Amino acid sequence: MNIIEVKNLVKRFDDIVAVDDISFAVEKGKIFAFLGPNGAGKTTTIKMFTTLLQPTSGKISINGFDPSTQSDSVRQSLGIIFQDPSLDDELTAWENLEFHGVLYGVSKKIRRQRIEELLKVVELENRRDHLVKEFSGGMKRRLEIARGLLHHPQIIFLDEPTLGLDPQTRNHLWGYIKDMNQKEDVTVFFSTHYMQEAEKMADQIAIIDHGKIVAQGSAQDLEKQTQTDTLEDAFLQLTGKDIREDSAKAIDRLRTNRRVWRR
Amino acid sequence: MEKIKRYGQIIYILWLRQIKRHYRSRARVVGSLAQPILFLVALGFGFGPIYQRAGGGDYIQFIAPGIVAMSIIFTAMFAGIEVIYDKQFGFLKETLVAPVKRWNIMLGRTLGGATVATIQGLIVLVISFLIGFRPDNLWLLPVAILMMILMATFFTALGTAIASKLEDMQAFPLIINFLIMPLFFLSGALFPLEGLPRTIQIITYLDPLSYGVDGIRGALSSQLHFGFSHDFGIIIILVFLALGIGSWLFSKIEV
Ligand SMILES: Nc1ncnc2c1ncn2[C@@H]1O[C@H](COP(=O)(O)OP(=O)(O)O)[C@@H](O)[C@H]1O
Ligand SMILES: [Mg+2]
Repeated sequence: MNIIEVKNLVKRFDDIVAVDDISFAVEKGKIFAFLGPNGAGKTTTIKMFTTLLQPTSGKISINGFDPSTQSDSVRQSLGIIFQDPSLDDELTAWENLEFHGVLYGVSKKIRRQRIEELLKVVELENRRDHLVKEFSGGMKRRLEIARGLLHHPQIIFLDEPTLGLDPQTRNHLWGYIKDMNQKEDVTVFFSTHYMQEAEKMADQIAIIDHGKIVAQGSAQDLEKQTQTDTLEDAFLQLTGKDIREDSAKAIDRLRTNRRVWRR
Repeated sequence: MEKIKRYGQIIYILWLRQIKRHYRSRARVVGSLAQPILFLVALGFGFGPIYQRAGGGDYIQFIAPGIVAMSIIFTAMFAGIEVIYDKQFGFLKETLVAPVKRWNIMLGRTLGGATVATIQGLIVLVISFLIGFRPDNLWLLPVAILMMILMATFFTALGTAIASKLEDMQAFPLIINFLIMPLFFLSGALFPLEGLPRTIQIITYLDPLSYGVDGIRGALSSQLHFGFSHDFGIIIILVFLALGIGSWLFSKIEV
């Protein structure tokens, strides 16, 4: 059974086509990697899956529901770790987690137990009562991850989850995610631009570039398709060798500053 | 029943968050008291003699409820900026992606801001008491407080709804000041609504703040222009309207 199905999905921002007619499916219980360079359209796609953005055209089904018209049911099915900051700086670590647990209806007993457990996983247990604004970037990231794992949804979206994490935390994190995937059959959809991470963790990989899916399959499939020996070579062959900076981001910011009112 | 309990928990945690954020920022708490105190002292003592000579009676009795209403409208409307903070710091995503009814989000946030604004109004009421204001009838104090709560709820909902459409931190204060100034000066907070030129009177009747001020003044100073049923009826309708529109706007936010 496919828990995610996407058909001819397009997202246009004014003049940029961020997601350009993509189609794919993810089977329930699998770990799926969305691999692509900066600006490829990964975050935009995830935002459309999670009801935060409306697609320009195309069809999405998440756990059998359409994010545009059945947003409540879609939200019931998912959890997400965002790429961009999403904590409340004026609350403590513990308060951020508690807030999340209540919003997602995690019962008090399980909530308290998981908060303890997760604070250990991300090594923040002795900082639980500190305000988040006193945290370093890495600590904030770890807290966001703990928060994203606090409720156990049917699908979890992780948008570049390990960006900026040290190797130990990265291992802990993947240990926890794999465990959740195996024990509770949680489908994992993660985006990354680390090839090793995709190769090591994912059952299936889709490579996205300039808003288009250029290849998909298991790591072996992709190597076969491109007649290369490693996923890295396959990736470079598919996406070209030029290094892409996130220069688009700066232009975005200029744009949003000018545009005061939303449509 | 299960559902109602869950709504209650969600609204409570959203409310609690707004309260914590406000009272952790001491500058905000102290700074927002300066303006009403200035108005009370300057207007109360400055215009007092003229008002008395014109046969209006004790001006502080008249103006204190107006200044209480002023402190509420300012605190309440500006509470909307929290939505823009949340957009810019990214926290809004966390609330929007949660399996929570949009009206729960709107109501929880609004009640948080409204609580802060009501407390603000009560502090100003106590200060005006220290300056010489004496409520006519302490039995009617709960009526005044109820009106303060309703007003605070309406104006917080309005500020929050406006903020949900805005992206940028600089635009919000400009727009809110642009709205508050006429609302305040044309509300009967500073002058009686009796005997005004026709056009001005019509404008004051269209100003929601007029009914809030009238309700508070009616309860504390026994000077009632519209009547309690009018005042409360109109403000209650506006509360539901603003919450409804705000919830709808929240369902349209994209981040
Ligand atoms: N709100 C927006 N307005 C305009 N352009 C955007 C917006 N969000 C993303 N984009 C553009 O869409 C493209 C894809 O971005 P994104 O999905 O963030 O890529 P990725 O997550 O793969 O790095 C980029 O060119 C980016 O600048
Ligand atoms: Mg991204």
